[in-house]
Amino acid sequence: MQMLKAYAKDFWRYRYLLQNLIGRDFKLKYRRSVLGVVWSVLNPLLMNVVMVVVFSTLFDMRGSGIKNFSVYLIIGQLLFNFFNEGTGSAMGSMLSAAPLIKKVYIPKYIFPLERVCFALVNCLFSFIALVIVMLVTGAELHATVLLAFYPLLTLFVFTLGIGLALAAATVFFRDVMHLWGVFTLALNYFSAIFYDPEQMNPLVVGSVELSLSQVIRFNPLYWYITGFRATVLDGTGLTWSMVWICGLCAVIALAVGLFVFRRQQDKFVLHI
Amino acid sequence: MKMIEVNNVSMRFNMAKEKHESLKEYFLAAVQGKLQFEEFYALRDVSLTVHKGEFHGIIGLNGSGKSTLLKVISGVFKPTAGNVVVHGSIAPLIELGAGFDMDLTARENIYLNGTVLGLTPKYIDEKFDEIVDFSELREFLDVPLKNYSSGMVARIAFAIATITKPDVLIADEILSVGDFMFQEKCEERMRQLMSGGTTVLLVSHSIGQIERMCDHVTWLEKGRVKMQGEAAEVCAAYKALDPEAAAIQNANSNKRIIEAP
Repeated sequence: MQMLKAYAKDFWRYRYLLQNLIGRDFKLKYRRSVLGVVWSVLNPLLMNVVMVVVFSTLFDMRGSGIKNFSVYLIIGQLLFNFFNEGTGSAMGSMLSAAPLIKKVYIPKYIFPLERVCFALVNCLFSFIALVIVMLVTGAELHATVLLAFYPLLTLFVFTLGIGLALAAATVFFRDVMHLWGVFTLALNYFSAIFYDPEQMNPLVVGSVELSLSQVIRFNPLYWYITGFRATVLDGTGLTWSMVWICGLCAVIALAVGLFVFRRQQDKFVLHI
Repeated sequence: MKMIEVNNVSMRFNMAKEKHESLKEYFLAAVQGKLQFEEFYALRDVSLTVHKGEFHGIIGLNGSGKSTLLKVISGVFKPTAGNVVVHGSIAPLIELGAGFDMDLTARENIYLNGTVLGLTPKYIDEKFDEIVDFSELREFLDVPLKNYSSGMVARIAFAIATITKPDVLIADEILSVGDFMFQEKCEERMRQLMSGGTTVLLVSHSIGQIERMCDHVTWLEKGRVKMQGEAAEVCAAYKALDPEAAAIQNANSNKRIIEAP
């Protein structure tokens, strides 16, 4: 309890630093671009158009049979991008904070936390693109949209947990960065972003036949994306399995991330 | 009242003979049994106590662990053994401008660096004009730092770092930056910071300066405390290492000195 209190106090003291770091990243990202923050909206929008065209013409059947494929697709893209950007930038956060933490004392978790927060800010901006796509395609607005905060919030915690663990690992082995890129690419195809797993042919591994819709349940991202779709696109609200799986994955990821990070953090300064 | 307590602190560094920065290299080395670390103690069993209002000096030759000790006290390094307790707010004037982002303007950097040092934006708002006036760079406030000269960056950094009056001031050498006129201002500012009951921990190679300013002195040699006690006594012993060189340095530093308040 005493320790928790000390942590909270420490965090409270450095909340402005967190704010300022996010502000800095934001300014630097859009400095010298004419459209500035509009890109946060325009970029996913254009990506969405490209993918919708690709999947409904080149790969003929992928888009068919899915209700409002554009919205279905952009939700997957936005949430996956958040996870990808959050973990990817948190991973290098300790390395780029080297000049700072070698000179002054700052609680180290601030840096991965800041990167994931910044990714969230970007994600929130890009939800404008989601709204635009919904308006253009005439998607229905359901009251359950208010529940969308739950998959988003738990995804944030999940991303933070993974980001903390990756940040710690990267300090000691830079290889992690390269491996993670490959891993997220695989994950991208395996998160039901542009297809409905129910429609896919079963996977054949040796003599065993696995249906994708069974296997994909072991991918936490699938649950966050599906949960978000359920509230925003389908208007069905969250099922119990969505609630507890999203929550549990977030808690486990955060616990593991904090554990790894805390055990290693005193050694960071000697390795960067 | 004790302000800084350093109890039996040791700081060990593993100096790997080669750095393994990739998994493959690491495993190869581990398999071949080549993972050797040379243990190096930068500090060994160092204890010191600084009371409120005291000026405590740390002396020693290069590589004796002075800067490591300051970093342990300011929290950058966590000691391998022993512990450090600091009561009250602490301002480390060890390296200026931590967290400066060259792509941001001076105005933005003042806020960023201020919050790195643990100041609140409100406090920085209040002191903003004072910081800018001190650095004499008002007309360049909205220019990115990358377009500044190094002297100008140092001015801004010094102005922010010394804006609060801390309970404990930790300084690696008496800082003064910029041209000779600005150095005069820096020294004036340092004198202000150190006056009126501030506790000061000072590392300096200028033995004359330490002798004049400090009450107590710790002499480090190869990471161990060689001698600790009254300033005059310790400094005399230290200077006895090479009396001639000490005398020359003292004569030189007398030309421009900072008097203890």
